[in-house]
Amino acid sequence: MLKQFVMGLAVAGALSSTAFTSAAFAQEPKAGGVVNAVIQPEPPGLMLGLVQNGPTQMVSGNIYEGLLRYSPKLEPLPGLAESWSVSEDGKVYSFKLRKGVTWHDGKPFTSADVVFSIEFLKQTHPRGRNNLLQVDKIETPDEQTVVFTLKQPFGPFIGIFEVGSMPMIPKHIYEGTDFKTNPANNTPIGTGPFMFKEWQKGSFIKLVKNPNYYIKGKPNLDEIYWHVIPDAAARSVAFETGKIDVLPGGSVENFDVPRLSKLKNVCVTGAGWEFFSPHSWLWLNNRSGPTANKKFRQALMFAIDRNFAKDVIWNGLGKVATGPSGSAIKYYTDAVTKYDFNPAKAKALLKEAGYNGEKVRLLPLPYGETWQRWAEAVKQNLQDVGINVEMIATDVPGWNQKTSDWDYDIAFTYLYQYGDPALGVSRNYVTSQIVKGNPFNNVEGYSNPEIDQLFADGAVAFPDAKRQEIYAKAQKILTDDVPVAWLLELQFPTISRCNVKNLVTTAIGVNDGFRDAWIEK
Amino acid sequence: MLAFIAQRIGKAVIVLLAIVVLNFFLIRMAPGDPALVMAGEAGASDQIFLTQLREKFGLDKPLPVQLYLYVKGIVSLDLGFSFRQQMPVSKLIMDRLPATLLLTGTAFAISLAFGVLFGTLAARRAGSWTDTAITVLALIFYATPLFWVALMAILLFSVTMDWLPSFGYETVGAGYTGLAHVLDVGAHLIMPATTIGLFFMATYARMTRASMLEVKRLDFVKTARAKGLRDAVIQRRHVLRNALLPVVTLAGLQAGTLVGGAVLTETVFAWPGIGRLMYEALLQRDYNLLLGVFVVCSAMVLAFNLITDLIYRSVDPRIEFAA
Repeated sequence: MLKQFVMGLAVAGALSSTAFTSAAFAQEPKAGGVVNAVIQPEPPGLMLGLVQNGPTQMVSGNIYEGLLRYSPKLEPLPGLAESWSVSEDGKVYSFKLRKGVTWHDGKPFTSADVVFSIEFLKQTHPRGRNNLLQVDKIETPDEQTVVFTLKQPFGPFIGIFEVGSMPMIPKHIYEGTDFKTNPANNTPIGTGPFMFKEWQKGSFIKLVKNPNYYIKGKPNLDEIYWHVIPDAAARSVAFETGKIDVLPGGSVENFDVPRLSKLKNVCVTGAGWEFFSPHSWLWLNNRSGPTANKKFRQALMFAIDRNFAKDVIWNGLGKVATGPSGSAIKYYTDAVTKYDFNPAKAKALLKEAGYNGEKVRLLPLPYGETWQRWAEAVKQNLQDVGINVEMIATDVPGWNQKTSDWDYDIAFTYLYQYGDPALGVSRNYVTSQIVKGNPFNNVEGYSNPEIDQLFADGAVAFPDAKRQEIYAKAQKILTDDVPVAWLLELQFPTISRCNVKNLVTTAIGVNDGFRDAWIEK
Repeated sequence: MLAFIAQRIGKAVIVLLAIVVLNFFLIRMAPGDPALVMAGEAGASDQIFLTQLREKFGLDKPLPVQLYLYVKGIVSLDLGFSFRQQMPVSKLIMDRLPATLLLTGTAFAISLAFGVLFGTLAARRAGSWTDTAITVLALIFYATPLFWVALMAILLFSVTMDWLPSFGYETVGAGYTGLAHVLDVGAHLIMPATTIGLFFMATYARMTRASMLEVKRLDFVKTARAKGLRDAVIQRRHVLRNALLPVVTLAGLQAGTLVGGAVLTETVFAWPGIGRLMYEALLQRDYNLLLGVFVVCSAMVLAFNLITDLIYRSVDPRIEFAA
């Protein structure tokens, strides 16, 4: 027997729109206006089912929608599903879809589209297969209901329905076609608040208001222009001269943020990254060389001044990471082994490790000036405690190649965590993810059967309290072993004109589209 | 003359093929491939996803097979498909060509016209203040990095004075038509075209000056003077015409690169041209797109070299068409 407890009802518009930016919502949204935002780099395509890189998600989050949205605390909110329930045994998830939703071409959105989207994404989405691994069957009792039955409880399941992870794809356009060559890929059709209008490659992408959007009165804006400006300094200037209203996180170099934030009518927020929780660390090659020694790795943790990096290189943005999980991620605990900045302790550990001055190769992340400066600061920290560091310069493909071939000693990286340790954390530490040729898994080569078991259990444990216990234990073991050197929980500030209201309302920020945004006149 | 042209075209085709083969291997020698870049951008940890991308791009095939398929495509004038942009390479290049030609063509015209003018002026008044000023300025423009000039221009004319737009080809969303559109594009064009133009202008000015001073000393100029010709006529018909030969050579080389755009300037000013396309293709290891741009640029350089040789003939009738 299923005991259904309704987690979200038809509070859709109200809850998702009002709870999180109360000050802005105190005013009545005004209709109309155009927002000019920056997109960098230019997306390779806008069909979110086929392309999932950051810029595509940012633009296409306006065109497509997922079944759910998420609050900054990662609680599910209504999206295309107005309510949902989970069975007592954690194996059956039922979603009730909104009525009256249509695709941009006027065709109705139904449960058949949901089932089709799942099958589509299993084939095309880089995280789709893993996210849906536990799904046994999907049923559609009627046009408004979708029921997922899992093979076993899978805790993260309720967290995989945001638009980037599971965008809804129109069945009537893609069924029976070759997805990759479907001409509709150039004119994407979704259910979202904005519709694709024009794309002048190298210049801009134009979206216009969806007049038939199912939430009455939304969206407020008439048009959005996404401008492609490849140079970071030029993006700053474009904002400074008033030609751009919104600089999404990561659009400008970090050292420009304080200057831009002091301009008149400019607001800055670090919110909207809770789901991704970009977490930075140094891959430490556990296979060979000095970094194979646990004491050497622990010495690194003591040698690096992470507060300096936060305060000076990242201008006070972000947070010092305590371990493998970001503090916004479920089951995070700070009851772990801590490492403060303590060069004396680092030197003592290096001595214990028997380090004899061998050269250690440091690979910076080639993502611009901020990362380069950070690598120089870390190099300085390491040299101060007597580590012989050689910096290796690469471009992005070169960095990918070297890390995926395990051709490094220490390498900067940062990865998204997707709200749950089973989705974005475990892949970096479990033995099964040691696969050469891929720079986004267990690149450091750490292998610990106890950790493997804990992450395997944690993914399918039920209820939440049990998962909490398992992940707390895993975090403690990992911070003892230091398979990688955790640096900062990054924060990429969104910079905008203060009169553009409600830009960021959910855990994925501007990637969730400008549905609620409006311009104060 | 026709035999000369036919032979040069034949040689050019061989050179072009050699360029294709060389670049094909050079690009693949660089670390990383498009699948890794795209998987990275998507935050992928799924090995199957990477494998699928490589299969889709044909990167799983042996290198000689990849080369064979590419050369086969080139011979039938098919530049292939862009991995990242999901469009035919030829369409991507053709889309960017007008903006690039407008930018580099304007820069070319500005630099050639003003470079020769200032060079002539300096040569005619050699040793004067005018000459010194032109020479010093030319040296400064020649030695200053383009991206720095671009950023300073933006700082001065966009941020401080607010006279000119800092990025793009036109005012997006303004909906200008007719003359208003032309003026709008013109306003966007001034800074990037001048930035590129300054460097070449300096080069032409210095070259014209040096060449004219050298020609001025030659016997036929003295003869012209002895014949009683006016100075203006001597300068224009005898000195300048002969002094222009090295300038024509340089102009030919510059013209050959017009299609390739200007990577730095297009990047800083967000000008939607081929230079940027090439830069982005390189960073993303978009092999087909990068090779496509190389092929088109190489073809243009070869074509302009041929045209330069033909112009030589008309500037200096002593040069003959030697096969």
